[in-house]
Amino acid sequence: MAEVAGPAGPAGPDGPDGPDGPDAVAPRRPTPERVRAVRRDALAVAVATGTYGVGFGAVSVASGLDVWQTCALSLVMFTGASQFALVGVLGAGGGPLAAGAAALLLGVRNTLYGLRLAPLLGYRGWRRVVAAHVLIDESTAMAIGHEEREVARTGFWTAGLGIFALWNLATALGALGGDRLGDPRAVGLDAAVGAAFLALLWPRLDGAVERLVALGAAAVAAGAVPLVPAGVPVLAAAGVALLVAALSGGRDGSGEVTR
Amino acid sequence: MIWWAVLGAGVGCYLLKLAGLSVPARVLARPRVARAATLLPVALLSGLVAVQVLAAPSGAGLVADARLAGLGAAIALLVARAPFLVVVLGAAAVTAGLRALGG
Repeated sequence: MAEVAGPAGPAGPDGPDGPDGPDAVAPRRPTPERVRAVRRDALAVAVATGTYGVGFGAVSVASGLDVWQTCALSLVMFTGASQFALVGVLGAGGGPLAAGAAALLLGVRNTLYGLRLAPLLGYRGWRRVVAAHVLIDESTAMAIGHEEREVARTGFWTAGLGIFALWNLATALGALGGDRLGDPRAVGLDAAVGAAFLALLWPRLDGAVERLVALGAAAVAAGAVPLVPAGVPVLAAAGVALLVAALSGGRDGSGEVTR
Repeated sequence: MIWWAVLGAGVGCYLLKLAGLSVPARVLARPRVARAATLLPVALLSGLVAVQVLAAPSGAGLVADARLAGLGAAIALLVARAPFLVVVLGAAAVTAGLRALGG
């Protein structure tokens, strides 16, 4: 899903609010009270995040997908940055393979979230299979930082299921509305997609290495546009991350999962 | 063909989530893996911004047009901590306005 977490604005699990979330400041409150607090926070996040599924729906149909494909993306893929990437690459004339690869590469971070959440949630069997589907930036952010399993689970499910319901509803509305929007360029939809990517990127730029990678990746992608088929420049940009990780990862040796 | 991308990448993204809840955590003990996984979204999103804002509509080259002004508006709104929808709508409005004026 997209990376806007919390009423304070763009801030994913890696964002300025950090993995602790706003309600981690009073760790000594009794459990039922903490469950209620995390449920309230998660609902606010769900409403804020779910509603901009409207933007995804409109962008997707403007990129050439039909309403059914757009709704299928939100139902099956259900991770906003990957969804925006897939329709963005297709809309720019990229092939389905390049579009799918960009979406999958962006989805790798959810694997990382899962590794952190697995011991916290403690799910096996069918509960794990269901939980995996709503494992996104926001549900991770609402679960991490709570020592008590009950509180973490409440935050995870409230944000995950709440966003799933609202995001899919909003996607359908946006797709149906986008169908009669007219010329997408006249209403600035191409710039809106660029702004969406930037808003998703913004909370991740909190370190010098991240800013360097972002600048390098933008330069590589722009430089590759005249040289290679549409869709490939974005994949070339991913190479910058792999290169920097290969050069720096061995040295810092911290094994940190997220910043 | 679009359906293949939608369903293939959709199922793939789900399996990536499930893998995170299922594989042993020691995979992450390798710093390069963790570093790459953290930096990948940064590079991909930044590359997507560049292509989305600079690539010519024909896809053949680079062009500076009203989209850059939209991106500037988005940056200003992000610095002002505006919510996601405001950032996106602000960029669209600025770009659409410039185009309506013939920019």
